[in-house]
Amino acid sequence: MKELIMIIIGSALVNNVVLSQFLGLCPFLGVSKKTNTAAGMGAAVIFVITVASALCSLIYSKLLVPLDMGYLQTIVFILVIACLVQFVELILKKYSRPLYSALGVYLPLITTNCAVLGVALINVTEDYGLVKSTINGFGTAAGFTIAIIIMAGIRERIEYNDVTKSFQGSPIVLITAGLMAMAFFGFAGL
Amino acid sequence: MKMNKYVERIYNGIIKENPTFIIMLGMCPTLAVTTSGNNGLYMGLTTTVVLAMSNLLISALRKFIPDKVRIPAYIVVVASLVTVVQLLLAAYLPVVNELLGIYIPLIVVNCIILGRAEAYAAKNSIGLSLFDGIGMGLGFTLALSIIGSFRELLGAGTIFSFKITPDSFEPISIFILAPGALFTLAILTALQNKLKLPSATNGSAGNNVGCGGDCSHCMGSTCTTNREEISSKAETSKVTIAKKSEAGDTQNQK
Repeated sequence: MKELIMIIIGSALVNNVVLSQFLGLCPFLGVSKKTNTAAGMGAAVIFVITVASALCSLIYSKLLVPLDMGYLQTIVFILVIACLVQFVELILKKYSRPLYSALGVYLPLITTNCAVLGVALINVTEDYGLVKSTINGFGTAAGFTIAIIIMAGIRERIEYNDVTKSFQGSPIVLITAGLMAMAFFGFAGL
Repeated sequence: MKMNKYVERIYNGIIKENPTFIIMLGMCPTLAVTTSGNNGLYMGLTTTVVLAMSNLLISALRKFIPDKVRIPAYIVVVASLVTVVQLLLAAYLPVVNELLGIYIPLIVVNCIILGRAEAYAAKNSIGLSLFDGIGMGLGFTLALSIIGSFRELLGAGTIFSFKITPDSFEPISIFILAPGALFTLAILTALQNKLKLPSATNGSAGNNVGCGGDCSHCMGSTCTTNREEISSKAETSKVTIAKKSEAGDTQNQK
């Protein structure tokens, strides 16, 4: 149990997926203009990454390793993730309209989110089992959500600030992200 | 002087449409691995190999891949190539494999590769696509090496592991840590804004890049939505050129 809590804290705060590993940077910068869209994206990411890391871990340990085809992991994982995203979208559309209208627009964006593939690969290199992989996936996604919501909150405030002309747009967002990354170093002591 | 069209592709990739400085593609590996000049160089060269081969294969297969399933087909081609490159690195250059680690398999989701496949290789001949891949790859390599050297110089006082600064210089170690990457990129884009250099982040890169450029506003699916627009644009420009030459012909006849 203690180990699982360590994994969650490690993946969500200490090694934050966006701010220290630079995975999923594109949606982090692209979808962080408003807090509620950021929260929607975060929820979709939590859902997909948790399911994807469980599924990829199962496929790796039950299918690829017994067949001695571990080297196919990259190809298999990316296809599994792409199919999973499509599948989740279809199911939500059919059975849960409110959830679909909340998360639907973000789902296609997640296929190309490198954090999903990144977590699946980290789970394999760290030799995590099914439970640990799922927990690690959830922690990583939670870290992404925390970072993107904080970012969106700060950006909503920056809107009203007088930023130097050459720093308007992307540069100020990148500076903000850099300061957030420094702040997240504080968690390294946990 | 008119440039050879193959040389033009290389020039285009390195200078005119440099994937990192101008189009702002593939930001995740750019920020993550540029902790030193060497790392940037290795990552750039690995990506170049994958990009050149994927452009070549996708261009060769462009008549066989049905339009509706083209993206999954491209992804399978790229993922296979990345696996081959990763196994080769693990066998012959294990040091590089250790150094870049998880970022090698993540080349699959680097938007430069799918972006070039969609924007260039899917429409052009095999030779041109190969040279486009090499040019773009070299541009990426150059950019990563420059950013890496800059961070290494400030953060560790060395460039490509050679000591440059005097002993009295205290390295600003934040520059080789994660925040340094973001600050470096912020300074770079601010300079581009200040000097009004062409860059996707200030909307002056020209929109024939295929995926529209600029990762920070793309959200991962712009290339598919932009595709129609760009192909129609290309067609209208062809038509106008044809019309102009026709007009020229009639004038000549008169």
